[in-house]
Order: sequence, then structure tokens, then C-alpha cells
Amino acid sequence: MTMADPATLPLDAWHRAKGARMVPFAGYEMPIQYEGIIAEHLWTREHAGLFDVSHMGQLILTGRNVDGELEKLMPGELKALKDGRLRYTMLLNEHGGIIDDLMATRRDDHFYLVVNGATKEGDIADMRRRLPDTVVLDHMKEQALLALQGPEAAAVLDALAPGVAELAFMQGGLFDLAGTRAWISRSGYTGEDGFEISVAANAVEAVADALVADERVKPIGLGARDSLRLEAGLPLYGHDLDEKITPVMAGLNFAIGKRRRAEGGFAGDERILGELENGPVAVRVGLFVDGRQPVREGAGVLDRQANEVGKVTSGGHSPSLGRPIAMAYVPAAMAEPGTHVKLEQRGKLFQAEVAPMPFVPHRYFRKQGA
Amino acid sequence: MTTYYTKEHEWVRVEGDSATVGITKHAAYALGDIVFAEAPEAGREVSKGDDAAVVESVKAASDVYAPVSGEVTEGNDALADNPGLINEDPEGEGWFFKLKLSDTSELDGLMDEDAYKAHCESL
Repeated sequence: MTMADPATLPLDAWHRAKGARMVPFAGYEMPIQYEGIIAEHLWTREHAGLFDVSHMGQLILTGRNVDGELEKLMPGELKALKDGRLRYTMLLNEHGGIIDDLMATRRDDHFYLVVNGATKEGDIADMRRRLPDTVVLDHMKEQALLALQGPEAAAVLDALAPGVAELAFMQGGLFDLAGTRAWISRSGYTGEDGFEISVAANAVEAVADALVADERVKPIGLGARDSLRLEAGLPLYGHDLDEKITPVMAGLNFAIGKRRRAEGGFAGDERILGELENGPVAVRVGLFVDGRQPVREGAGVLDRQANEVGKVTSGGHSPSLGRPIAMAYVPAAMAEPGTHVKLEQRGKLFQAEVAPMPFVPHRYFRKQGA
Repeated sequence: MTTYYTKEHEWVRVEGDSATVGITKHAAYALGDIVFAEAPEAGREVSKGDDAAVVESVKAASDVYAPVSGEVTEGNDALADNPGLINEDPEGEGWFFKLKLSDTSELDGLMDEDAYKAHCESL
């Protein structure tokens, strides 16, 4: 990342007109909040929130054996992924550390990947270096990405793009929406039912306008996006995940396919299969913090002898629970829910208890009888 | 009664040698939703520029500095259970602490309302 001025999103003027406060994030000027983080957070849990996540990288990978080639870099089951289905997976380095976490979708003859904004240039360089020349990577720079999240998202979007309510969780398809063609998937980063909507940058304003014309929808900033994903127990790359953390340490075993565990054949497989067998040294846990004061990223986790044995990687006020919550890495022996730990932040000690995640139950859409 | 302001976006309302301290509307707005505040206890001596109180929004933690020196005579206990008071009424019910001034000449270095407005507009 260079220190160049932040880039602007396709919806930059739209956000400003809606009263957003813009901050630099991941190389872009992005809306951190409109009316207020807590109000936006609660609105999303009760109605529907519209997020602009156009800073994220949207990539198309094509070529012979593209699924098999991606499987060498990622532990997810991609060969058996059906057309129009998504999977959460990770780009791994040769030591099993996480270069990025991402969504991979099989779309007809290619794979569509959505990667984090701050890491996309590095991901692209890494994949171009490690994938064979037979796999071609296209970065869709003129593509915007929106997310519509919350219990009313399906009703809102189905009125504009009939049929989207029929999508299963982690399934996508092409729909007509506000005069453009949109790739819409039932997925998100809040723990709520919801959709991610990929459209051409020159069509995104019409889509955003059509969505907020419904009174059940409000635009939601990055601040609430962070508090929503924290409550949902979802890790944030660059904070809860990095190149020293493996999927097993991060508690993301669900993203390692059954066949992949048996066969290996992905970057860092030896270490990761060993951790699956014997348990990792440190693991990501949730924490309920006593009192009202937030304990944030960088705070130390102390053992009974007051030695620092772990670090808080995300933390803050939970608007839904009205209390501070956090994520931290702790030694495996301290990871059991109910374990009491001390945290240290700016010289002050806090009591905390290991909590099961998610902090707020997921409400993903599950088809009746499916 | 006179109200003074600091570059750190605090207000100081002075009556005789007693001062009430809080953060300005500008500061409360910039912080956003406040979820925690810790006011100092009565009896604490603070010098101008010391960390005197803590305020945390959803986004970040900030220190509130003592804008003048003196002995704390009262902290606003209401903030512990209702830190949102600072957003609702930053220059009234959302005050942080009261001081007995030890050096009233320190007030000379503070801004009046017009100077503070000009300071905010220059940011």
C-alpha cells in the first residue's frame, strides 16, 4: 500500500449526500457512519441495512482445472462446489498462514472470488505468481459491490428482483435489478439473512437509490459493519487473521473440506492437518468483558500469574447486548467457555470470561425442508 | 458565570473559584456514540494538562485533560450508568467534573466562545 491519497468509491458523492462521515480505509475514502453507529447497527438487526463494500476485490479466474489449481492454495472443497454456490475459504501461504479470507463462487466455467479491500493487490500478485499460466485472473475494477443485510432484506430485494428470495444461503444467481444485470448471492458479514449485490460501477447509484427508496432500508457505515460482524463472531482480516494465524487457530475448521482433510494437497497442509489432529497451540476465542469499558485490539490477555499469554484482536461495545465484547487469541488450555481471564489495557486490568461465539445468534436463511 | 474553551474541545464554566468541566458539542459529535465515561473522584488534585477523565465512543478511547489546575470537588456519577448523556447534552447534564481552582490566572490562556468557534472552523 502506498501513501497516495485515498481513492474514491463509485458511490462517493451518494454517501456524502446521505450525510456520511468519510474516513480513509483500505486505501479508499469510505463512510464510517451516517446517523450513528449504534442506531445503524440496531436498524440492521431489525430491518435492512445497505452497505457499500465496493472497496473489496472482485476477481474472475478461468482456465483448465481452475478448481484444482485454486485448491492448491486454499483448503476449501472447491472441486465439488456446484454451479452458483459460494464457499468461505482462505488463501494460504506455504506455512498455512492466512494471506486473506474470501468467498469463492463457481459461476458456469469460472470462479468468482471476493477478497478483502486492503489485501486485494497482494492477493492478486500472490495468485498470479503461484497459479500456472493456464489460469487467467481478471480483476473486475469497474465492478461495485453492495450488501443488503437484515431480517427484511429478502422482502425488500425480492420486490425489486423477483426470485432472489428463493436463493438458498450461500447461493447466487443473475437477476435484473434497477435496470442492470446484477450478480446476487445470499451471503454477508453481519450474521443476518441478506445478500451481496455485484453490479457495474456505472449502474450502482441507480441500484442504491432503488434500495433506499424502500423505507425498510437505511445506508449503514463501516462502524456498524464492524460491530455487527464482531457480534456475529466473524473474524476481520488484518486484525483477527493474518499470515501467522492458521485456519485451525482461527477456529475456521468448518472451511476445511472433509476430502481436503483426508488428502491434503494445499499450501501449509502438513501444519494444518497436524493442528487438526493434535490441536493448535493458541486459538481464537470470544470474551465477555466485565463492566462497561470497551477493551480493544492490542490489549493483553494475562494468565493467573499475570504473564501475558495472548492478545485481544478485536473488541468493542456490543450494541445488541449493551456490553463490551472482544475476540482474542489465548493458549488452548484457556479456551474453554467460562474460563476467567484478566485483560490489560493501558495499565488497567479487566475481568473477562471466555464466551461461545457467535455472541448474537446467526439468523441465516435456511430453506424449509431443504 | 463565564464559560471558557480549550483547543482540546473542553469547556470550563467558572463561578468564583469553582469550575465545571465537560467536552464541547463539537467533541461529542466528533466522537459519535459514547459508551463509557469515567470521571475523577472528589479529592483528586489535578494539574493543568493531566489526564483527568476517560471517554470512549464505539470507535475509540480518548482522554479528557484538566484544562486548569485544582482539586476535584465532584465527579458526575450519572455518566457511569448513562454515558449517552454526553451525546444528548454535552454542555449541560453531560458535564464530567467540578474543580476548586488553584490558580485562576490559568483561565487567561483559555478561549472565549467566539475564539473557540473560530478555532473549530479552522480545523
